[in-house]
Amino acid sequence: MATTKKKSAPPTKKPQSFLDAPINKQLSKEDKLQLYRMIVGIRRFEERSLRAYNQGKIGGFLHLYIGQEAIAAGVVSLMEENDHIITAYRDHGHALAVGMSMNECMAEMYGKYTGCSKGKGGSMHFFAPDKNYWGGHGIVAGQTPLGAGLAFALKYKGLKGCAIAFLGDGAVNQGSFMETLNLVSLWNIPVVFVIENNGYSMGTSLKRSSAEENLAHRADGFDIAWEVCDGHDAFEVREVADRAMKRAREEHKPFLLEIRTYRYRGHSVADANHEKYRTKEEIEEYKRTKDPINLIKSQLLADGTLTEALAKKIDQEKKDEAEASAKFAEDSPYAPREEIQTDVYWEVDNDADNKLKGSYFFND
Amino acid sequence: MPLITYREAIKQALDEEIQRDENVCIMGEEVAEYNGAYKVTEGLWAKHGDKRVIDTPISEAAFSGLAIGASMLGIRPVIEMMFMSFSYVAIDQLFNNASFCRYMSGGLMNVPIVVRGPANGGTSVGATHSHTIEYMVANHPGLKVVCPSNAYDAKGLMKAAIRDNDPVFVMENTLLYGEQWEVPEEEYIVDLGVANILKEGTDMTIISHGRCAMLSLEAAKTMEETHDISVEVVDLRSIRPLDEETILNSVKKTGRALLVEENKPYCGVDAQISHLIQLKAFDYLDAPVHRVSSIDAPTIYAKPLEDWQIPNQERIIAMAMKLMA
Repeated sequence: MATTKKKSAPPTKKPQSFLDAPINKQLSKEDKLQLYRMIVGIRRFEERSLRAYNQGKIGGFLHLYIGQEAIAAGVVSLMEENDHIITAYRDHGHALAVGMSMNECMAEMYGKYTGCSKGKGGSMHFFAPDKNYWGGHGIVAGQTPLGAGLAFALKYKGLKGCAIAFLGDGAVNQGSFMETLNLVSLWNIPVVFVIENNGYSMGTSLKRSSAEENLAHRADGFDIAWEVCDGHDAFEVREVADRAMKRAREEHKPFLLEIRTYRYRGHSVADANHEKYRTKEEIEEYKRTKDPINLIKSQLLADGTLTEALAKKIDQEKKDEAEASAKFAEDSPYAPREEIQTDVYWEVDNDADNKLKGSYFFND
Repeated sequence: MPLITYREAIKQALDEEIQRDENVCIMGEEVAEYNGAYKVTEGLWAKHGDKRVIDTPISEAAFSGLAIGASMLGIRPVIEMMFMSFSYVAIDQLFNNASFCRYMSGGLMNVPIVVRGPANGGTSVGATHSHTIEYMVANHPGLKVVCPSNAYDAKGLMKAAIRDNDPVFVMENTLLYGEQWEVPEEEYIVDLGVANILKEGTDMTIISHGRCAMLSLEAAKTMEETHDISVEVVDLRSIRPLDEETILNSVKKTGRALLVEENKPYCGVDAQISHLIQLKAFDYLDAPVHRVSSIDAPTIYAKPLEDWQIPNQERIIAMAMKLMA
């Protein structure tokens, strides 16, 4: 793993194919197909969500992960039993990657009772503790101390594992993140921070928001190891993330991994300016040369894992799955009004014996 | 029964709970090697070590968030805010993440943290160190807050807070740390949501919390001796959850209510209590609900002025007499 101290160091020279790296070589054909299915699945789910949003079925904000799929899929594919992940509000990819269903995710965005949070959270707040996935958070960088906490708990309990906390390029300038970097280094917390650098925090480019554009370089200020890589190739993501995660698990050292990626759509669907603060040419260029689906597809066609026919079949499967989830969401009911005041307090929700005293809610 | 200080009572609670549950740990600035800025955690680091009593850098947002994240996996951190005022630096973590993660996940997780520290003025530490934020905590569904006024309640409520599976704030008071009360040696808990009648009376009720409850008790005794007025004093102890029943029963009995708080008046705890009383005991009232809050300005530094600003005997008794008029 590279821990170069040079300012604005260029990325390490890329090997012929990241498929040859040991962590990827050990993947079975089925593993590789599963990775492919996941990336395609995230894309199709996001596209279907966009349609639903434009139809008025999804309220609030919708932060699409289109263009960034290889990162969530790649990192999550490396998770072991005691690894835990957390991210911000661009969370659909991570949710699907850990194994949440399209049904519960779409239903959540529709606000329905069958949603993963019973309709109480929405697009920005998907959670699956049973899959070691802790959300889904709306305040930029607010999740980074939480991620440090997950890792702290693993170490406290003597478990071999790491926490992976995702954040965006805009989040690195939040005070809470920088405080957290200091703390995890000081305390040797096994957390890997993955900066999904898509070049823009809402409408503000990297150049206009960060004095030091080499974002991972901040780690030097806290004596944390760092590396920069690209996030278009899922196998590259796996190769780099694996080293960071192993280091965290085995040495209890934090890691700052900056992954350069791109989002095809705006910050959220409500972002009407995303073709103004970026050029159409820039967006098209990325789609043409760095699309994560195209990249993994061409690699898997080359090594015989995929055929064009199978790729087409998987694509249709995922489209159908996404469509079915929209129907599921549409047909599902909303939560009854009594649910507005459940899931507020654990103690109230678990007071079958009526032991609690005093008033917990104060409507007249 | 042993006579111990408020500070010692809290320390006993922390010590006992650390021994009882391996997941309980203490975190905060100067809590370990310095033995606590106000000596509340004195000796605990020497006794329990680095894993259980943890010094943090000056990073409230980071260590509050870390504590919340750790609690999601079952650790039960008791974090100290050296002054509750410092919680403002960690507002997103303490008031968003701690209170909302359970709700936004539809009940899939809980956050069993305790946030403890002094929330008071009267010590010439100025406006940025003298916040009494219990009203702010209480306004966030998902959070709980208690204000012990004496050593007995401090120990019992702290233990209850640590065992509670939701986030609980415990508002302490630097002016109470050195005061003594009787505290039994046997283990006991003071449940959340239960107020305490410090003194029974018939002519009027004073409802208060925190150190003001002790001030109110003193004022009540003076009023009895000097003015022959029988004052009942209700100590809320628990702000959220709130013992509405005890408040209302007392006011229904006496017909007159005086609320005393160190909060500033606008939307302090007593604004809520006042609404409750007028809504649910209207027909029993012989006078409007009266209130003594801190004088409505940032906490002043100059001692005699600060002593006038926070509730004191003179202001409490004057308002009580006004209520009886």
